[in-house]
Amino acid sequence: MSKPKPKIKKEVVPMPKQDPEERTRNFNEVAQGYTVEQVVAEAERCLQCVKAPCVQGCPVKVDIPAFIQLIKEKRFDEAIRKVKEKNSLPAICGRVCPQEEQCQASCTMGKIGDPVSIGRLERFVSDWERERGLQTTEKPDPTGKRVAIVGAGPAGLTVAANLAKLGHEVMVFEALHKPGGVLIYGIPEFRLPKKIVEAEAEYIKKLGVTMKMNALIGRLYTIGELLDRFDAAFIGTGAGLPRFMRIPGENLCGIYSANEFLIRVNLMKAYDFPRCDTPIFVGEKVAVIGGGNTAMDSTRCALRLGAKEVKIVYRRSRTEMPTRAEEVENAEEEGVVLEFLTNPRRFIGNERSWVKAMECIRMRLGEPDASGRRRPVPIEGSEFTMDVDTVIIAIGRTPNPIIQQTTKGLQVTKWGTIVTDENGKTSIQGVYAGGDIVTGQATVISAMGAGKKAAKAIHEYLMSKK
Amino acid sequence: MDQILQGLREATNLHEIVTKRELVPQINLFEFSAKEIAAKTKPGQFVILRIDENGERIPLTIAGANVEKGTITVVCHEVGKSTKQLGTLKKGDYILDLLGPLGKPAEIEKFGTVLCVGGGVMTAPLHFQAKAFHEAGNKVIGVIGARTESHLIFEDEMRNVCDAVYVATDDGTKGYKGLDFLKDLLKKTKTDRVIVMGPVVTMKVVSELTRSHGIPTIVSLIPIMVDGMGMCGACRVTVGGKTLFACVDGPDFDGHLVDFEELMSRLKMFTPQEKLAFVLQEERGGNL
Repeated sequence: MSKPKPKIKKEVVPMPKQDPEERTRNFNEVAQGYTVEQVVAEAERCLQCVKAPCVQGCPVKVDIPAFIQLIKEKRFDEAIRKVKEKNSLPAICGRVCPQEEQCQASCTMGKIGDPVSIGRLERFVSDWERERGLQTTEKPDPTGKRVAIVGAGPAGLTVAANLAKLGHEVMVFEALHKPGGVLIYGIPEFRLPKKIVEAEAEYIKKLGVTMKMNALIGRLYTIGELLDRFDAAFIGTGAGLPRFMRIPGENLCGIYSANEFLIRVNLMKAYDFPRCDTPIFVGEKVAVIGGGNTAMDSTRCALRLGAKEVKIVYRRSRTEMPTRAEEVENAEEEGVVLEFLTNPRRFIGNERSWVKAMECIRMRLGEPDASGRRRPVPIEGSEFTMDVDTVIIAIGRTPNPIIQQTTKGLQVTKWGTIVTDENGKTSIQGVYAGGDIVTGQATVISAMGAGKKAAKAIHEYLMSKK
Repeated sequence: MDQILQGLREATNLHEIVTKRELVPQINLFEFSAKEIAAKTKPGQFVILRIDENGERIPLTIAGANVEKGTITVVCHEVGKSTKQLGTLKKGDYILDLLGPLGKPAEIEKFGTVLCVGGGVMTAPLHFQAKAFHEAGNKVIGVIGARTESHLIFEDEMRNVCDAVYVATDDGTKGYKGLDFLKDLLKKTKTDRVIVMGPVVTMKVVSELTRSHGIPTIVSLIPIMVDGMGMCGACRVTVGGKTLFACVDGPDFDGHLVDFEELMSRLKMFTPQEKLAFVLQEERGGNL
């Protein structure tokens, strides 16, 4: 007896979102998540194709068709366990992974309609589990090996979770006062609620991982000192130092790096000032320099903090923007204006040394540069002045130098990133590294992918060591 | 109970105030239990502390470390909401977060004669350096300054580690009036190195005085900062035309190269917000 095959919908089930008018007045999550009916309807769209190109596109190789099949059958508990076999931070990945470039990029459904919204399905099952209390698997037999993880960001937490599951004793050293790295200081509440990051970190603690906050490795302990007490170490310190434009007037008041702006707003909850002590100032006319996700996050925070006019000033055009299309769409819906092919030349201050304007120049696209994108070239004579009272510079970050400066024998590139082999092994025996500190600024999931590989390599190293 | 508390302290890294002493009104000395930090602290470095869950990150230059006791000392002036709140804490209370040691340690060597100039609350961490210069075999001349006599701190401590100590007050209530006497002192005394820790204006004035003598002059900068480990760039300062970060490139810089005007304007960036927080706190009768 065969059931009649239902017709497969070509269009993705839309994500319920807060109304743009409403949401620019609060810091609550914009995307509200699917209901049970919606999640099943979206899961029904999966063709369960044998080749599963989605799995190939996933940096941590989640068995995507299997967990989607479990959602179709409303077996959500099993679905999340299936995801967690490969991904220790699913509630986060479901929200911030660029799925359109990864798992969803090669989805077979994408050839006949919208690809299956794998991220939203992953988000649903992880939220389902968290709301009902996170489950951990039984504790494995201890191996007696100890591993130090430096940095509690996406890479470090992934390594920690993977090694703890294998029975190693893991201690994470985090310099900030909360675990999560960029997830807690960088990505805003309305895109990734902090209670979710906290819950994922709690889950990792439940796996037996010890987390030590306020411990800046390089100053409190060197990597060498850690190796005296641990059998191996993993460095996942991320891309830290903000890059500046190096143009006149950049140190005027009212000019922030995106890092400073976002740390104040996210980690220190400056949006809740004066209930929270950390202040922030956002004027009426805000310019955010840059075209990445960090720039988008900054614009949307600025709007929520009361700015009347928020502009993205980007030296290339829309096609070259390294941000997710979804984030540009959200920002535009909220009223952010995109000023393409424009670059600041200098900042002009008032008598109190506050920024009051920005001299810009128009750009055109020339030949492709090293990144493969067309190089922006200034159009001489096209200078103009833009009135601004707040500027946020979001043009990237460079690796934090503290560990590189304080670790003898650690091989570093000329950009300051740590040199590793494809499994994260550094020039020092027993020391591994991964994430932005190796690749330069990249994504949460690529850091997790690197963490996963490093965890495997560390495990093999530990077990081969007498 | 003790065991539970001990466990809690370790898990959350709570730090106990083991000593609190009011040095002069609104300037308090705190000794925090911080075994790991104490073991690593060198003169010139700083910590960042947070009082509670809603607290901001407060950078304070370390004024001493006791490795045996496992404590570090800071001296804090009540200038705003958070520092005032810190001032309400007592011996036996805990603060939520303490991060350090941060920044590069001061360069301590045998230079010959070192002139250590301290102003206000920064006289305390200056003493930590003066002591180290003394132990490194230098002749150490101390200059301590304050607005008025009743605001002077660490005079006895400085006398213990310096070969000579000069006192200066803005109003002349004790010692010299202002820092003009330094001109004569620099002429009379062959000085190999000058360390200035104090208000920005003091560091600026002293750096100007030593410039013509060509004496290497080191200033210790605490601009507005958030993380203190090289992430936010709020603490950027212009030194010799280059933008540097006080938290990872400093806090010590060549006083002859620092753009003090820019530093002063940047320190005022959040003044309206700081005033608002302070006023709201006062309205609540200082209850936090």
